[in-house]
Amino acid sequence: MNPVVDALARSWRDPRGRAGAIMLGAIAAGAAVGPIFLPDPLAQPCVLECRNLAPSWAHPFGTDDLSRDILSRVATGGRISLAVATLAVGLSVTLGAAMGLVAGYWGGTVDAGLMRLVDAALAIPRLFLLLLVLAVWDQVPMPVLIVLIGVTGWFGTGRLVRGEALRLREESYVRAAEALGANRRRIIFRHLLPNTAGPLLVAATLGVGDVILLEAGLSFLGLGVPLPTPSWGGMILDAKSLLFTAPWAGIFPGLAIVMTVLSANLFGDALRDAVDPRGA
Amino acid sequence: MTRVLDVENLRVSFPDTGKNRVYPVDGVSLSLDRGETLALVGESGCGKSLTSLALLRLVPSPGRIEEGSAIRLGGTDVLALQGEALRKIRGRRIGMIFQDPMTSLNPVFTVGNQIAEGVRAHFDVSKSEAWQRALKLLEEVGIPDPAARLDSYPHQLSGGMRQRVMIAIALSAEPEILVADEPTTALDVTVQAQILEVLDRLRDSHGMAVLLITHDLGIVAGRADRVAVMYAGQIVEEAPTDRLFARPSHPYTQGLFASVPRITGPVGRLSPIGGSVPPPGAWPGGCRFRPRCPQAFEKSETMPPLLPVETDHRMRCWLAENGADASD
Repeated sequence: MNPVVDALARSWRDPRGRAGAIMLGAIAAGAAVGPIFLPDPLAQPCVLECRNLAPSWAHPFGTDDLSRDILSRVATGGRISLAVATLAVGLSVTLGAAMGLVAGYWGGTVDAGLMRLVDAALAIPRLFLLLLVLAVWDQVPMPVLIVLIGVTGWFGTGRLVRGEALRLREESYVRAAEALGANRRRIIFRHLLPNTAGPLLVAATLGVGDVILLEAGLSFLGLGVPLPTPSWGGMILDAKSLLFTAPWAGIFPGLAIVMTVLSANLFGDALRDAVDPRGA
Repeated sequence: MTRVLDVENLRVSFPDTGKNRVYPVDGVSLSLDRGETLALVGESGCGKSLTSLALLRLVPSPGRIEEGSAIRLGGTDVLALQGEALRKIRGRRIGMIFQDPMTSLNPVFTVGNQIAEGVRAHFDVSKSEAWQRALKLLEEVGIPDPAARLDSYPHQLSGGMRQRVMIAIALSAEPEILVADEPTTALDVTVQAQILEVLDRLRDSHGMAVLLITHDLGIVAGRADRVAVMYAGQIVEEAPTDRLFARPSHPYTQGLFASVPRITGPVGRLSPIGGSVPPPGAWPGGCRFRPRCPQAFEKSETMPPLLPVETDHRMRCWLAENGADASD
């Protein structure tokens, strides 16, 4: 069996991995399908009587102070948060893999240059790096937000992949491929990249959890997903003043964040053990 | 006999601490004819593997091949090649198999995929054609049920099977020369014999020349046409196999034979050679074997050239000058 498929299968057999995968799958499915059946997250069915309603059959998660259905908003917000996280992580993992492979395989000054860049970037907390840009740029469009999160997120992955590339470069099969006349492109795409797939998958899964938190944090600060689009962090910001009158307005998006990050981390941990049993 | 490979005065250097360079391969000359097997024998660290890597210009950085070395493949000057032309030599003209079959295959691709990859790297054929050839190659190297094995991943195969797959990959480009760097060292004795048989058979059926690198004199006899014994970066004795076995002449070669148990003859103690190969940079002036040589004499303090012992039989020892070898 293909080793990557094998690692996925093994993490499925791990109770943590299975719990994480099921939870994450349920959340993703809910976010993807939910908004189709639920009321419009921006709709205000009635103006005064429907404000801050406690959870009920009509509104399972209650309503907020603008009379909007919180379940709808959590589902739609999940759609946004998961999409931002997936795309941003996809971008940062791709960048990290590319930079890491180039640095690790070429070596020399290319390697030294890229790795000093990574050192410098990792010395600045990512949140501040983002705040710096977002604070100057009022109301960033979503694609820009995704790119920003992606571009500031590849440093760790880059270093990880570089280490793998350095190790793999010395493997017999890479030397054998060179002795058989394989060119650099072939060595990188056939021998180095597929053999870093495991660690990359782990980095991506754990990265999703990180980015969900990061995006929630930015939205909470009013710098993330632009209003009135619902997002989990933005909903908690809105609920700040309702902490005692309508606690459900903050509890449900908060739970969504916790569950998503927890399940991503559980699955990521199981995957890590499946990829590299020594670290267990 | 067609000469397929000529190596002259090959020197490979590495930077030492400071500004000095050391020469783990220091003036090696050897040649290979079509269909011939040359065994390159020596202890660990004598430079035999580095010699073989140099043939493909795969000396690991920061090592380099020195000016004045010559490697000719038929009419091609290997040391003058660059980029794509050099890459086309690798695999296509000289194939190579390595010591450790457990790690010489990429773990994430099936065996068939990897052999077909080798075929397609050098020939312009379709995927299905490459797959067909892969199947044939697996048959040739004696893998049972080759059609099923094409879909196996390397970890599903034993060491012997993997080495057969490595041979199949090396053969995929139909090279003129096969360099086998300790091909059986990591394998069980019974499997060793099978792998060597495969190599012999393929050499004969394809008319390949084989450079067999080994530290095991036992696998040389009856297989190699000629033997070159290496010590401390130099060839110290070279002869047709039967002559070398009948009359090992260099004190180092004699030492190697004395440390191998024999089935015939009186049972005596084995006498290993005292000490070990000094690392490059710590080589003594004069004959490099001098400090370990039981027969060293005054003249050993200057470096001997390769001197004739008899026809086709040369050694790097002043004892050859007396018209006698060291055993007299």
